[in-house]
Formats: sequence, C-alpha cells, structure tokens
Amino acid sequence: MSLLRLSSVRAGYGGLQALRGVSLHASEGEITALLGANGAGKTTVLNAVCGLVPIAGGDVFFAGERVTGYPTERLVRMGLAQVPEGGKVFGELSVRDNLLLGAYSRRGRSSRAEVRDDLEEMCRMFPVLREASSRRGDTLSGGEQQMLAIARALMSRPRLLLLDEPSIGLAPMAAAEVLRQVAALRELGTTVLLVEQNVAAALQIADRGYVLEVGQVVLEGTAAELLASRDVRRAYLGRDYEGI
Amino acid sequence: MPRTELRQLQLERLQATVNRAYRNVAFYRQRFDELKLSPEDFQSLDDLGRLPLTGKDDLRAGYPYGLFAVPLREVVRIHMSAGTTGSPSVVGFTANDVRHLAALVARNLSAAGVTADDVIQISFEPGIFTAGFGFHYGAEALGASVMPLGYGNPERQVRVMRDFRTTVLVGTPDYALTIAGAMEDAGLDPHELSLRVGIFGGEPWDESVRQTVENRLQLRAFDCYGLAELGGPSVSFECPQHSGLHIAEDQFLVETVDPVTGEPLTAGEEGELVFTTLAKEAFPLLRFRSGDISRIDETPCPCGRTHARMARVSRHADDRVVVRGVCIVPSQIEALVGSVPGLSPACRIVVDRSSLLERIEVHVQLAPGTVPDRVGRLIQMEAEVRRKLEETLGLPVDVKLGAPGTLPAGAPALEETS
Repeated sequence: MSLLRLSSVRAGYGGLQALRGVSLHASEGEITALLGANGAGKTTVLNAVCGLVPIAGGDVFFAGERVTGYPTERLVRMGLAQVPEGGKVFGELSVRDNLLLGAYSRRGRSSRAEVRDDLEEMCRMFPVLREASSRRGDTLSGGEQQMLAIARALMSRPRLLLLDEPSIGLAPMAAAEVLRQVAALRELGTTVLLVEQNVAAALQIADRGYVLEVGQVVLEGTAAELLASRDVRRAYLGRDYEGI
Repeated sequence: MPRTELRQLQLERLQATVNRAYRNVAFYRQRFDELKLSPEDFQSLDDLGRLPLTGKDDLRAGYPYGLFAVPLREVVRIHMSAGTTGSPSVVGFTANDVRHLAALVARNLSAAGVTADDVIQISFEPGIFTAGFGFHYGAEALGASVMPLGYGNPERQVRVMRDFRTTVLVGTPDYALTIAGAMEDAGLDPHELSLRVGIFGGEPWDESVRQTVENRLQLRAFDCYGLAELGGPSVSFECPQHSGLHIAEDQFLVETVDPVTGEPLTAGEEGELVFTTLAKEAFPLLRFRSGDISRIDETPCPCGRTHARMARVSRHADDRVVVRGVCIVPSQIEALVGSVPGLSPACRIVVDRSSLLERIEVHVQLAPGTVPDRVGRLIQMEAEVRRKLEETLGLPVDVKLGAPGTLPAGAPALEETS
C-alpha cells in the first residue's frame, strides 16, 4: 500500500522547471531512494511533497488523500516530516530543546508524558544525544547533528520521513552510522523517502528506488535491480569498467 | 495489487520507459520530434494514444540493432523472431532483462500450479527463438528440475517422460498431440506417466484441442502467450479458472486497436492487441502491433488476480498461419503469385496437417484472358511460382495450376485440413 504517491508532478523555481512530470510512490514501511546527479530534481521532489515549492501540475497523494497545494504546517500535522540537507539543527538551543521542538506539531494532541517517553526513546536510539542532552546544538559534530536532526523529525511521530542527503559532508564512519540508523527506522515502521548522493550506500539500505535525470524519472526498480543496472553503475558508481 | 496502485506503477514505468526511449533510441526520438511531442507530454496513461503505432516494418527498418536502448556491450543476450519476409526482429536483453523474464515466467508457471518439486520437460527448442530459453530460465528460477529436450524424436520424449517421471510438459499444443500419439503407439497408458500440468503456446489452439490433449495425456492444459519482440513467453498466461489469459500488466501496457485503421477500441471490443513494454532496458517498445486478435476483460477474475485478462488468440490480424514454425501470410503469398506474368494473384492456400510433416499446397489460376500458346509455358509458370514460394518460405510447396475461374470466388484464401 503506497503511503505517498506523486502523479506527473511538475514544479520549479521561477522560470526554471525542475520537475517535468515525475510519478513515483513510497510504500508503507519501506525505504524508497531517490537517486540522480546534482540538479536532477531530487531535493525538489521532497520540497514539492512538503509544500515548500509550488506544484505547477500533477498531484500528490498522502495516505490516500489528495494533498496537492496543502500548506506545509497542515502536511506536518498529517504526519510528514523532513530532515533538510545538513540537518539544520538550532545551534543556540540545547539538544533537548531541539528534540522538544520536534514535538511542536503534537501540541494539544499528545500528553507531556507521551512526549517525555518519546524523548527517552530517542535517547535510547541515539545514545550520543543523551550524553549531549544539555549541550548547544552547534557544539555537536556533523554526524551527531545529523542524528539530532533525524531524532528531532521523529519526535513529531511522522508516518513519512523525508531525508535529504543525510550523509553529505560526513566522515565515512559517521556517514555509515547515520545510514545504519536510517535502516533501523524501518524496524519502527516509519516510511522513508531518501535522497542520497552516495548511491551504493543508499541502495544497500533501500527497498526500491528511482533514478532522476533533469527532472524526469528514467529508471525505477528494486534496490537490487538498480544496483545491477549498468545505467546506474555507469553514471553514479563509476564501476562500469571493472574487470577490463 | 489493487488496480489503482497498478495504474500508478504503470504510469511511473511508462514515463521512465518513454524518457529512456526518447534519450536512447534514435527511431523514437525522430518520431517524437516529427510530431512535436516531448516525453513530458505523457502525463497520464491515456496520453500514450498520441504516439503512432510501432509495426514489425519499423523493427525491420532498424535491423539489427537500431532499436536497442543500451550500448551493445550491456546486452547479454540476443534473440530473433521467426519471419517469412525480410529481416527478422532482433531482440536484446540486459542482465536485468534476463532476470525479469525468468521471474515473470516463474510467476506464470506457479499460477498454473507448478512448483519447485516439479520435473519440467521443455519441448521448445533452446535456440534463437525466445520460447525455449524463456521457459528454461523461468522454470529454473522457480527451482524446478528442468529438462531442455527441445523438439525431435517423439519416442524419446515419451521414454524420458516415463523414466524421469516428468510432471510438467511445456511445448506447442500440436507437438503435445504428436507426443500423445507416440505414447499410444508405444502401448503406454497416460496413467503410467506422472504428467499433471501442460503449458502450451506458440500457436493458436482452442477448447477442443485442450480437451483432446487433457484426455490423451491426462494432465491439465494451460494456455500461455508471448511474442519474441516482447521478450518471449511471458506476456500472458491462464490461471486455473481457464477463463482468459492474465496479462502481466506490471510489465506491459495493453491496448486493442482496429486492425485496419489502427484506431483505439474500448476495453472489451475485439481488436488487434498493441503492447508497450514497461520494464525493458535493452529493447523498449512503444505501442507495438502484435498482429494478434483478441479482447481485453478488466473485470475481476474469481482467482483473485487483478491483472486484466485477454481472450485466447483466435486468429492473426492478417490471417497468417504457422506451418512448421514458419509464419505464412496469405497476402504475401498472393503478392508473390501475382508477380508471375500470366497468373492471377488470387490463390488458395491449403495447409495439410494430417500427417506429422505438415504440407502446403497453393492453388493458383491463370489470369483472365491469358491463353498460353503451349503446354510447356504452363509447366514453366508452375515451376516459377513454386521456386518463388519455396525460396521465400524455406519450405517445400506443392503448386496446382488451373484455368481462369477455377478458384471459387469468395472462398477463403486459406484452408487447413487435419
């Protein structure tokens, strides 16, 4: 059952059309990867889903409801959360306050006890956050900030998590740890739409994926199929000439 | 999969296929550009109708590699279709295409109740045509024990069937009857064999043939349908309901069109099947004319599968028949006959299937007003038309020459006896 569905979505910035009829879906409980070169439109897909970029054509459906043109705050209340590229944690706030802000959309719907339980759950999932609980956000390392950003998004109890390049700019060890945590989200039943420039790593943890080229989908398949596709290997893995 | 989700998947795959075909296949790019179409114009499944149909002639014009969408070094296998005139269609497969085909055939086999425990005897030739390898890879993907026997000596087929306790026979319905004959000649009772399922295709067959095969071999016979151009024996298959063949709609978009005008028909109307591939990497086809006449039924099947069903193919759009694996199209035969001076293009083709070796007889007549001056000239004409036919078909042909008006007007150009 698909939780998110895009049907021939067009979107752009000013005169530039970044998405030229993109159709894709994210199935409940799965990790769906969006792959492609810089400027292919991956981030624009996430922003169009969240209502951060106006949709010029086509439709977005979330949990069976047509949500095209819904304002972002309404989508967040419906269960959408985005982790933007680089995490964008609040540097002057403590780690704990960052996490509590993540639960802002739940005010009036969840009790303080529930939020406290979730905070505890996040600290269990990401032990580094417990240790750093009272530190300012900007004192964390890049990998820790990324985890904080993911945990902050999870505090809204999203049904769908949109992750934009969670491993970018991180040291290899930190990148691997972040992606390991993303893979673990599947166990929680969270549906993930993942934009990731590290194609090989993304396909290791994803169930399915799409390859975008200049605003259009050119390949769709299971992660295994995409890993085996010579198109993907040639364009993004640089492995086409192995064995020669 | 519910049909709304199927529609979404089809749209996603159609757009990806159109985008790749436009980027990588000069033939399609030229077509789009001529019509001032862009891949962006395909915003819904209905937009597909804006594209012209792709015919076998287009494939021939691209012979051999013109319609491939990947460089040849990414192609791991090449097959051909059987054809009577001109170049055959050439079909390429990437490693992913081969895996897809195997998975699809495995799915079709399992719908017929075939499992990893079965011993499958494949009597399609594992060769340049797609059926042999298609079933072979599919059966292996299912985990069954596969015996690629191919055609050949029916006595050996029966012996293997008995000794190896074959449970599933795959082949043409015609050949299944030949095997049944060999079994009876050997004095074997079908109950002494372990056969339980037969998967038959490659030529049109009907319910009476099904009953005959089922009775004589004591198995359940399933129809399957495929085209070399679409990758092989994987396009549609019967479920145990035996009420039409489920089309693999996650892999192919199907339409029916008027075989003469090419205009789209509504679901349920009888017409020529037109297919668009949705998951092919090496050889994507947009709106390919199959030449086969059928009907599409989108109503739910009692078996629970949501994929639409097509009626069993009763005939080809151009009335072709298959004799010993060679397609024979009456209009092409008429053109050949008419090219001999003094002969009328009208002719009657008689296919004799009564013996194991099928024979073709072509009855021709002198053009009205032709008065040959001597008997020798008649013999020459007969020999000339025979030579032309045999050269084209690659089969021996008997020619019977008659006076003008010998052929009854309005009689069918094609007759089959068995």
